[in-house]
Amino acid sequence: MNEALTEARLITRGLRTLHERPPAGLAASINEALGLGDHYVELPGPIGPLFVAFGARGISMIERGGDPGSFEEQFRADFGRPVRRAAKTPAHIERAIESRVWGRQARRGPVPLDLERLPDFERQVLLKTLEIPRGEVRPYAWVAAEIGRPLAVRAVGNALARNPVPFVVPCHRVVRSDGRIGQYGAGGPEAKRAVLATEGLDTDELWRLPAAGVRFVGSDTTHIFCYPSCRNARRITPEHRVPFRSVEQTRRAGYRPCRSCRPVDAPGRAA
Amino acid sequence: MELSHRLADDLDGCFADLVEEHQDLVFGVALRAVGNRADAEDVAQESFVRAYRALRQYPAERVKGMLLRPWLARITLNVARNHFRARRPLADLDVALEVPAPAREEPVVLAERRDERRLWMRLMAGLPERQRLAVGLRHVEGLSYPELANALDRPLGSVKSDVHRGVRLLRAAFEAEQRIIETSETRKAV
Repeated sequence: MNEALTEARLITRGLRTLHERPPAGLAASINEALGLGDHYVELPGPIGPLFVAFGARGISMIERGGDPGSFEEQFRADFGRPVRRAAKTPAHIERAIESRVWGRQARRGPVPLDLERLPDFERQVLLKTLEIPRGEVRPYAWVAAEIGRPLAVRAVGNALARNPVPFVVPCHRVVRSDGRIGQYGAGGPEAKRAVLATEGLDTDELWRLPAAGVRFVGSDTTHIFCYPSCRNARRITPEHRVPFRSVEQTRRAGYRPCRSCRPVDAPGRAA
Repeated sequence: MELSHRLADDLDGCFADLVEEHQDLVFGVALRAVGNRADAEDVAQESFVRAYRALRQYPAERVKGMLLRPWLARITLNVARNHFRARRPLADLDVALEVPAPAREEPVVLAERRDERRLWMRLMAGLPERQRLAVGLRHVEGLSYPELANALDRPLGSVKSDVHRGVRLLRAAFEAEQRIIETSETRKAV
């Protein structure tokens, strides 16, 4: 009898070794299939906390912190599916925030962004804006020219005003050519100025230079001209710094555009 | 709050918790039913999708009173059955075939039970399908007898007898295996 009991135990123990763990991605793919794969976290941002929503494809929505309920509602209205608060931030999202929002980590590989539902034009505007380095600004006209739609300056402005992922796609780094700071979806012009200030940009200079008729600065040693906030422009010492009001003027002086900031005139200003 | 109550309150918000908590069971039941990981993964995914749709339709009071484990197991068994309706009925032959037959020249390996899992897999593969499923759900996946009866939609006594009969057959096969090992060891010793 005793022996039979031990044997029964042996059998049940042996059978338990047949149990297998489900594959690691199972839960994620189920949630994805049901449209329940979206989560968000609250993280510190440059001018206060941020809600950052993400799904399998990457970051889908960012808003300045506040009431989680209204963020969840907004997400559902925009995406037609719910979003749940996550207990912790996945590593790839954290890396993206660290490098794009804080400049603390080297940028590596593509930024995990979910811009799928946006029209082509808006997506192009956002991806182009993603290239603007921290602490620098470019005019709306630059974005328009870079994506091959030089006359679509206003449309660029509208697309950036609807930017679903501010701070990561730095729409705050796109300003008006005339030096006015321009609109900002994530809290208006003052917020925009504040974010730029946290990146070390001299926001007074933004309007001071255009007010004095200066749109570009060049170096009389290299004969290269830049946008004033370009890191190459900032290296020019005061005695070699040459102000310009238009690309035409730089051309007459025999200057060529900087290859990193690729300065252009706003349309209608070329002469 | 209990998961079934939370699901009744906020299905979308809590469904991921259901998946997290019960994926082990659902995948396990699927694996018992279909016999290989790739199909089991498909079946598990489809089962959760069906569970979600069902919960979506049920009135809150019904969801609150649900026994989630046997209910999920039952859905999974149904999905698995449909999954293979068009194919051969005994998918778990795959598993049986993957395991090499006891090699006569290496009884020592078996005797040392270096690969206990293989042994039990092979012994399980020798059971009639109905008992293999019952034993697997009870002893591999850990369903209780009432859960098992509920999942298989059969009377308690009937599933119990399937399990007992299956275990008895396993024991006989196990003992036979031991005898083979002993005999060959004796032969070696001589």
